[in-house]
Amino acid sequence: MPTSGIELLFEGRNFSRLMLGLWVSVRIALLSMLFSIVLGTGLGLVMNGRSRVGRALSRVYLEFIRIMPPLVLLFLVYFDLTKVAGINLSGEVAAVVVFTLWGTAEMGDLVRGSISSIPAHQYDSARALGMTELELQRHVVLPQAVRRLVPLTVNLTTRMIKTTSLVALIGVVEILKVAQQIIDANRFEYPGAALWIYGAVFFIYFIVCFVISAFSRRLERKWALS
Amino acid sequence: MDFGFIRESIPLYGEAALLTVRIGAVGIVLSLLVGLVCAAIQFFRIPLLRQLVAAYVELSRNTPLLVQLFFLYFGLPKTGVVMSSELCAIVGLTFLGGSYMAEAFRSSLEAIDSIQFQSALSLGMTRGQALGHVMLPQSLALAMPALTANVIFLLKETSVMSVIALPDLVYVAKEQIGNTYNTSEALVLLVSFYLLILLPISLGARYLERRVRYANFGD
Repeated sequence: MPTSGIELLFEGRNFSRLMLGLWVSVRIALLSMLFSIVLGTGLGLVMNGRSRVGRALSRVYLEFIRIMPPLVLLFLVYFDLTKVAGINLSGEVAAVVVFTLWGTAEMGDLVRGSISSIPAHQYDSARALGMTELELQRHVVLPQAVRRLVPLTVNLTTRMIKTTSLVALIGVVEILKVAQQIIDANRFEYPGAALWIYGAVFFIYFIVCFVISAFSRRLERKWALS
Repeated sequence: MDFGFIRESIPLYGEAALLTVRIGAVGIVLSLLVGLVCAAIQFFRIPLLRQLVAAYVELSRNTPLLVQLFFLYFGLPKTGVVMSSELCAIVGLTFLGGSYMAEAFRSSLEAIDSIQFQSALSLGMTRGQALGHVMLPQSLALAMPALTANVIFLLKETSVMSVIALPDLVYVAKEQIGNTYNTSEALVLLVSFYLLILLPISLGARYLERRVRYANFGD
């Protein structure tokens, strides 16, 4: 019986398999975000710090990561680390390493921007009130920087989720690969399946990222400093 | 490191790099056009079209290019829309880039005081003239950092085009790794060629941003 292929999406375990595939790339994204937030905060502090060498080194790091396509970084770690250092990482581990390197650079820049966007008079006023440096950081700089940082970090998470779709290219079986398997396995019964299955993957990504970026926009509006 | 192998492979990568630049350039120019049209629709608040643009921007910004390409290249042919991989790459890049450019134009237009637009209208300009001659030139200076960031972003995004059988830099590198096992050499070439493309553009972008940063229009 000729069919369009949309029912293939819900046949057997196909839909739950797609969701599991989604979870693979989201898991990589969340894990990388977690590491990136910790390391990126450190990097951001160094970029704003007093050490010239630290600033220069972090700058070079940021520029290199920024200028390379994430896919190239992925290839470097996945293919070359095995060959040069003899370290054989699974696709998923290599992905977490690469996206942590990438996320740390992006996060570092966000932290740097959030701190340096606090106007100088805030520091002066705090000192004029007799605050110590520690009190100044704790009560003046931190609350304001965090308010700026949180929406940006949420937004970086959607970018991370979108970027982790690249792991399909180093053989990690995530949602796109699962979609490919479903289509290939049903090539003869459902010749038109590619449209619906890839369409479904498109909308699943859209829903996930849209919800997160809508949340980020709400935070941004709510916490906008007047 | 086999330098003979690297030397022999340079023309191969040069050709692939040209393809990347060509696809990127066409995609970026089309993205700018789509972005301008979308921003104009939103600026004039044209009903219906405005909602369509908003939906397009959300769809395009919240999905990865890789997934967009899979849909365009493997999904759409089932409805009879068949594209060559080069055309598909350009369409995909424009679909993605159009929304990023639209957002850059839109937010910079919003940053220009509306009194500028009203003054232009009261001088007898049409709404189109007011946008083209008064609003856009001013907003361009504000939009420049976002626009150049988008250009670099889009060029980087072209790296996934090998999945739709486009023989770009990544494609050539992957083939060499598979065929010759000269992994390190292939990757050194890959990184070098991306640097060769992106470094001058990144430096040029920074120069351009500095040039327009202090642009003031009769303020």
